[in-house]
Formats: sequence, C-alpha cells, structure tokens
Amino acid sequence: MGLLAPAEQEKLRESFDEMTSPVRLLFFTQTLDCETCLHTRQILDELPLVSDKVTIEEVNLVLEKDKAAQYGIDRAPAIAVLAQDPSGGTRDSRIRFVGAPSGYEFISLVRAVLLVGGHGSSLTDEQRARLAAVDRAVTMQVFTTPT
Amino acid sequence: MAFANPNITAVAVEATEFPDLARRYRVSGVPKTVVNDTIEILGALPPDAFIDQALATINSQLSTDSD
Repeated sequence: MGLLAPAEQEKLRESFDEMTSPVRLLFFTQTLDCETCLHTRQILDELPLVSDKVTIEEVNLVLEKDKAAQYGIDRAPAIAVLAQDPSGGTRDSRIRFVGAPSGYEFISLVRAVLLVGGHGSSLTDEQRARLAAVDRAVTMQVFTTPT
Repeated sequence: MAFANPNITAVAVEATEFPDLARRYRVSGVPKTVVNDTIEILGALPPDAFIDQALATINSQLSTDSD
C-alpha cells in the first residue's frame, strides 16, 4: 500500500509525464541506527510507481563507503539526484537530500527530480548567467524542518 | 542553483533528524542556508535576493581567502 492518495498519485504522474529524460535517485541507507531509513525508502518507492523515468538505487552507507564518499554522503538517510542518459550512464546533479524527504521536503524532492529530468529551471536566464560565473566549489546546505 | 553551475552543490538537510548538524551550524530557525560551512543566509528569499546574498558572500570569501 502506498503513502500517497490516488489523487496525489495522479497529480504526480501528470507532472512526471513532462520529464524528457530519466532520473536515478541514489538512496544511501544503513540497516542499524537509522530511524528514518525505512520511511525514506517507502517515500522513494512512490516515485517509480508514477513514472518509469524514475529509478531508485540503494547504496549501503556502511558496505559501500567508497560510493558514499564519491557523492560526499556521510550519513543516512540521504539521496543524491542523478541525471541518466539513454546509454545508462549517469551525471551527478549535485542536488542532495539529507534526512527523510517527508512533508514539504517531498515537494522539494519532486521538484528536483523534475528539474534534473528536463522539466526546465525556474530561474531566469539572467539569474542562471550570474550563477554560471561562480568558478570555484560552493556547497550550500539548506536546513529545513518537517512541516 | 546546482543545476545552473557544476561548481555548486545543494544539500537539503532535515534539521530535526540531525541535531548534531543543527548545533554545529547553530540552526535556530528554518530555512537557514549555510554556504561553504561558514556564511549564513536566513529565511526564504526571492531568487534574485538569494542569489545577490549568495554571490556577495561567495565573493567576499574569495577575497578573504586570497589575503
């Protein structure tokens, strides 16, 4: 049984129908000491149900340390959003979610999937040009609480 | 913003789940954005204002680093 009501599922399906390219979500999890990993998995499992363009790949934080390090992930649950090309290769969008994406964060996750899936940026050309001028590594952590 | 530039990484952190991070970055209200572990942007700003603040702080950090 899913977490989403049929009407919500339908709305999500309509949004995801506008995706032009597939997205893979790397789900970093661990078996012990992770209160919200199972819940996160349940939330993520909703997405492939409404779009065949979204796939979930589970990464064990303890057993696959190298892969976690590659994506700069050091705790679970966490999600890395990857763009997938037709040949199956992936490109890191550098968008991450740390903690369960419930409440409003679920909307943020959906928007990130849509963005990476070719739905288009909500920023203007001018805003994107200004950001494109940043020429060194910048990490922005946005702290939120579940609502 | 990460989508606009491969140099930018965007991480959404659920603060209540990770009190150690919330303490380390002194999160007392949300949303709070921490840029490169040090610079803080409080509240949800419109895109232009957010980009203004982010770029200003990134540039000020650049000039500090080169001193």
